[in-house]
Amino acid sequence: MQAGQNSLEKVICETEVEIKNADGLHMRPAMQFVDVANQFDCDVTVSNNENSVDGKSIMQMSMLAATCGTKLKIKAEGKDAQKAVNALQELVEEKHFDEPTPKV
Amino acid sequence: MKFADFVCFEAVIPQLKAGDRDGVIAELVVSLDKAGRLGKGDREEIIKAMIKREKEASTGMGKGIAVPHVKHEAVKDVVAAIGQSSAGIDFCALDKQLVYSVILIISPLDNPDKHLQAMENIFKRLQQEKFRKFLRQSQTAEQIESLLREADENPSL
Repeated sequence: MQAGQNSLEKVICETEVEIKNADGLHMRPAMQFVDVANQFDCDVTVSNNENSVDGKSIMQMSMLAATCGTKLKIKAEGKDAQKAVNALQELVEEKHFDEPTPKV
Repeated sequence: MKFADFVCFEAVIPQLKAGDRDGVIAELVVSLDKAGRLGKGDREEIIKAMIKREKEASTGMGKGIAVPHVKHEAVKDVVAAIGQSSAGIDFCALDKQLVYSVILIISPLDNPDKHLQAMENIFKRLQQEKFRKFLRQSQTAEQIESLLREADENPSL
């Protein structure tokens, strides 16, 4: 019984990321995001102030219209939630989707 | 942003003649040009750029929808054409299914935020099965225009 409870335990991880690339979350970055999210078993939800969408659906991610500077909440639920959140945060904030950031 | 803010209703084609991806892209770009929306922009150049973009990654997002797009200096504001095919077009879509509704978008070089807002509006609607069905059932440009205007006026629908 105890072992069973352990495996049923739900891991929830949340973080906030800021879109850094100049063009924002247009289709190509959104596809990269969805590709990374789909490498994990956990559910991924992404939200701005208005909407919460499925981070594994390209159509839903395109609905966010996240411009450069927009902050998004990423929430992952499932065994590999922590890994998923780390990978997505790296993609958005460190790699900024391999796209240029705004010229200062 | 509303559909009426960026869709060129004179460039709505209820029955596309072309039966393949590149042909459909060309047909819709030409219709925008004929409607006077490309200014001095070179239609051939825009068609080529759009096909190139499409080859990098298909904009066939699934559920019978494709949204080919490109940035080009020919436009100062986001402009879109819409085409429908009852036979369906192979767009190498993500779900490997045929595409029946094509929304082709040309965005200005220097306004990425506007492009995102247009996309937001398009996908909010295309998420809805009802909207996709109505779009596919539209037989005339007028029906498509009134569907889009109705969506604009009733954000909650």
